[in-house]
Amino acid sequence: MADELNLVEKSRIMDSARMKRALSRLASEIVEENQGAENLYIVGIRRRGVPLAERIVDKIGELEGKPPLFGIIDITLYRDDLSTVGANPIVNRTELDADIEDKIIVLVDDVLYTGRTIRAALDQLMDFGRPKKVQLAVLIDRGREHRELPIQADFVGKTVPTKQSEIIKVMLKEYDDLEAVGIFEKPSD
Amino acid sequence: MEKPFRRRDLLGIRDITAAEINGILDTAENFREVNAREIKKVPTLRGKTVINLFFESSTRTRTSFELAAKRLSADAVNISVSSSSLSKGETLVDTALNLDAMDPDCIVVRHGSAGVPHQLAKVSRAAIINAGDGANEHPTQALLDAMTIREHKKTIKGLKVAIVGDILHSRVARSNIHLLTKLGATVTVAGPGTLVPKDFAHLVANGLEVCSGVEEAIDGADVVMILRIQRERQDSAYFPTLREYAIHFGLTNERLDLAKRDAIVLHPGPMNRGIEIASEVADSSRSLILDQVKYGVAVRMAVLYLATGGNMASG
Repeated sequence: MADELNLVEKSRIMDSARMKRALSRLASEIVEENQGAENLYIVGIRRRGVPLAERIVDKIGELEGKPPLFGIIDITLYRDDLSTVGANPIVNRTELDADIEDKIIVLVDDVLYTGRTIRAALDQLMDFGRPKKVQLAVLIDRGREHRELPIQADFVGKTVPTKQSEIIKVMLKEYDDLEAVGIFEKPSD
Repeated sequence: MEKPFRRRDLLGIRDITAAEINGILDTAENFREVNAREIKKVPTLRGKTVINLFFESSTRTRTSFELAAKRLSADAVNISVSSSSLSKGETLVDTALNLDAMDPDCIVVRHGSAGVPHQLAKVSRAAIINAGDGANEHPTQALLDAMTIREHKKTIKGLKVAIVGDILHSRVARSNIHLLTKLGATVTVAGPGTLVPKDFAHLVANGLEVCSGVEEAIDGADVVMILRIQRERQDSAYFPTLREYAIHFGLTNERLDLAKRDAIVLHPGPMNRGIEIASEVADSSRSLILDQVKYGVAVRMAVLYLATGGNMASG
C-alpha cells in the first residue's frame, strides 16, 4: 500500500535482528498461551502478514518439534470500503486448505491500526466454519487511540504510538530490499 | 504494477487488450476458490443490483450470470423480454432509460441484433456487460473458454486452436478468434463452405487461417472448439441435412485423432449429440465441456466484480 506513495522515513523502529527476536518471542508466547501447538492454525493476512506467519510457523516447529497448520487469507472481498478506496489492492488467493472447525486460529498481520482489516478477516473466517478460538498476533500495534472498532491484539511485537499523518512500514525481504520497521511521513498535499 | 480495468462496460473482446484479458482470467482464479467453498458467498457486491436483460432466451448463460451475481451478494433480477412486448412499441432506448430509473449497477444484456449493448452503454449509467449480441460477440464465453484452455495448457500463446462449425453466424467464434489471436495463438477455422466466410481472414490481423476442410483445421491442433449447429439454419439450405453435416463435419474419435495426443475439446453448449459432436467424444476425458460451465461462473463473477469497481489480480 505504502509502496506507491513517495514517503520519507522519519525513524527506524526495528532492524532485522530486533524483528527476528520479536517474532521468536511471539512464537513462544503463542505456544505458551495455548499450551502447545495442538489444534493451532496460523493464518497470515495478505500481503505482509504472510511471510511473518511463515516465520512464526517455522519457529513454533522448532519449539514444539512439529509445525502448526498454516493458511493464508486475502480479505479484499470482505473490505468495507471497496466503493470508496481509489487504488484498490488487487485480490489474491485465499488458501485455507485445512478445515478451521474447532481449531485455534492465530491471525498474523504486520501492523494493527484501525482494526478494520481484522474485522474483515473475522467475517471471512466465519464463512469458512466455526473455529474454537481466534487470536491475533501483530508485529506492530499503533495504539488503541487509532482503533475504529473494538479489536485488540493478543500477541504484540512492539506498541508504537503514532500520528495519523504517519505510516508504519514493515519491510520484508519477500517484498522489499531490506528487513526493517520504519515510521514514514505521508507527503503533505 | 497492476493495470486497473478502468472500463465500466464489457462490450467485446475486440475492445480489450491482452493484458486486460489476462487480468480478468487471474481475477477469475480467485473466484474459482470461492465457488469451491462450503459457503459460496462473499459480501463484495452487497447492495449492488445486477439486471439480466435477455431479449433472446437462454437458460445456461442467464443462470451463470445470476449465480455469479448472487455469490457476490448482489441482488440479481432476470428480465426476459419476449418479442411480443417489443412489438408493443417500446424502443430499446426507452427500455434502457426505464431500467436506469431503478438504479441498477450493472446490466447484462443479450439481444439478437449486433450493437445493442453498445447502444445501451451510451444511454445507461449502469455498467453494460454483453452476453451476446447477434452474431457479433459473446465476450464472457471467449473468456471462460480461455480460462479452460489456460487451466489445461498453462498458456495460450503458441497454441493451435481449431474452430469448427457455423462460423458465419457464431458470436462465440468471433469473440474467441479475437481473444486467441490477441494472446498469440494460431486459429484455424473450418465448416461447410456456406457457413465459413472466405474473406474472414481479412478481419483479423494475424493468426487466423481459413481451412478448406475439417481435417486440415484439426490436424495438429492443441484445442478443438466445436460450434453448435443451429437446426434452424437447416431450413435455409446452408447444408443438405443434419446427417450430411454429421458425416462431413462432426467431431468423431477418428477426426479427433488428427489433433495432438493431448488435445482438448470445447463446446459452448448446448450440444447436439451425434451431429456436430459424437457422444464418444463428448463423454471422453478429453472433453472439457463441463469444466467450461464451471469456469463460466468464476469468469462472470470476475467480470461483475471488475465492472462495478474492483481491481484485477496480477496473477
